[in-house]
Amino acid sequence: MSLLEVKNLKKSFDGLEVLKDISLTVEQGEVLAIIGPSGSGKSTLLRCCTNLETAEAGEIHYDGEFGLVFQNFNLFPHFSVLKNITDAPLRVQKRKKDEVFTEARELLRKMGLSDKADAYPYQLSGGQQQRVSIARALAMNPQVLFFDEPTSALDPELTGEILKVIKDLAAEHMTMVIVTHEMNFAKNVADHIIFMDKGVIAEQGTPEQVFGSENERMREFLGRLSN
Amino acid sequence: MDILSIVTQLGSGMLVSIEIFVCTLVFSLPLGLVISFARMSKIKPLQWLAKVYISVMRGTPLMLQLMVVYFGPYYLFGVRISTAYRMIAVMIGFAINYAAYFAEIYRGGIESMPVGQYEAAKLLGYSRVQTFFHIIFPQVVKRILPSVTNEVITLVKDTSLAFVLAVAEMFTIAKQMAASQTTMVPFVAAAVFYYVFNLIVAVGMEKLESKLNYYR
Repeated sequence: MSLLEVKNLKKSFDGLEVLKDISLTVEQGEVLAIIGPSGSGKSTLLRCCTNLETAEAGEIHYDGEFGLVFQNFNLFPHFSVLKNITDAPLRVQKRKKDEVFTEARELLRKMGLSDKADAYPYQLSGGQQQRVSIARALAMNPQVLFFDEPTSALDPELTGEILKVIKDLAAEHMTMVIVTHEMNFAKNVADHIIFMDKGVIAEQGTPEQVFGSENERMREFLGRLSN
Repeated sequence: MDILSIVTQLGSGMLVSIEIFVCTLVFSLPLGLVISFARMSKIKPLQWLAKVYISVMRGTPLMLQLMVVYFGPYYLFGVRISTAYRMIAVMIGFAINYAAYFAEIYRGGIESMPVGQYEAAKLLGYSRVQTFFHIIFPQVVKRILPSVTNEVITLVKDTSLAFVLAVAEMFTIAKQMAASQTTMVPFVAAAVFYYVFNLIVAVGMEKLESKLNYYR
């Protein structure tokens, strides 16, 4: 069975159809990248999948829990880095303290932030904050991890460190759905790419298929990016 | 009348002022939060009720409100008023008045919170109550502290309004002494008392603010 299955999803804002009949599936260990111009509905699709928006029609099925990494991190500023990561597993999932802390320290080590456990978010760079927010999402042990333009709020030189973290997660077969503007990254990391335009999936397939597509809107989109 | 006896008498009045001050904060701070919830409620009649309440409390003099609370039971229901009710009326009057101001301060703070904090909490599975009291409210407190300090300082001075119900707080006593001795000294002494009281309050609030400066 698929980890995530979306069927005939529809959503409009004030009469404007933002998602028109979207269906997709995500398999265990798959990395799905969603690309497309601004206003194409890709972020709305992600927000519907993560229950931040309610779809008008259609079905969403999950097998297991999911996590989300936001564009602008949304860390809790009044919690230290370690508390940001451990609080929900302790308070919400009610897991054992030593287990949660051991796991959190391991996650921080993986993110290269071992020395930042007691820092507060404002003391970190954007890239470091985003790594903390990835660690926070991972600490909940989700089956699927969603990313909503995870590098859009970052300076170009900080983008690379986040993309590397996501790449490492892909190598560990983490199931991920990533809305992104980073075309090369999508090409390199994704197993499957969805190109959205005007609320529909205009093109999809493997990176080779999508980037080699003759689809007019896809060509136009890629053309605009290379200029 | 020597300075010492002025200071002793004012001191005993000061205790009553402090009592009014503390009780007002203890009751109006939580009450204000409840009213701000009503004000932000999606239930229209509740929202409207809170709006009217805040409007009336802020739009009429506190001195008049104190008199309504004190004399109201007699004029409205014919209930005999005991002198013991004076202090209670003062506390009720102050608490419901200050709660209206605090409600608006809370609302401003709560509405200024970025929606991303709620969304992050939701994704991590926090309940609504946990989200509010654990994630949102602590940050709101930090944001509204300067406005709360303003209100608290005003409250110290407003305690003198209890004189209209002849409660023996500091200003009432100063007035009596000044009248019977025909001297300004009790007023000057009372001014010093209020000023020092507020200085302590201001320093305390500043301490609290810097304590919350561990994050931004």
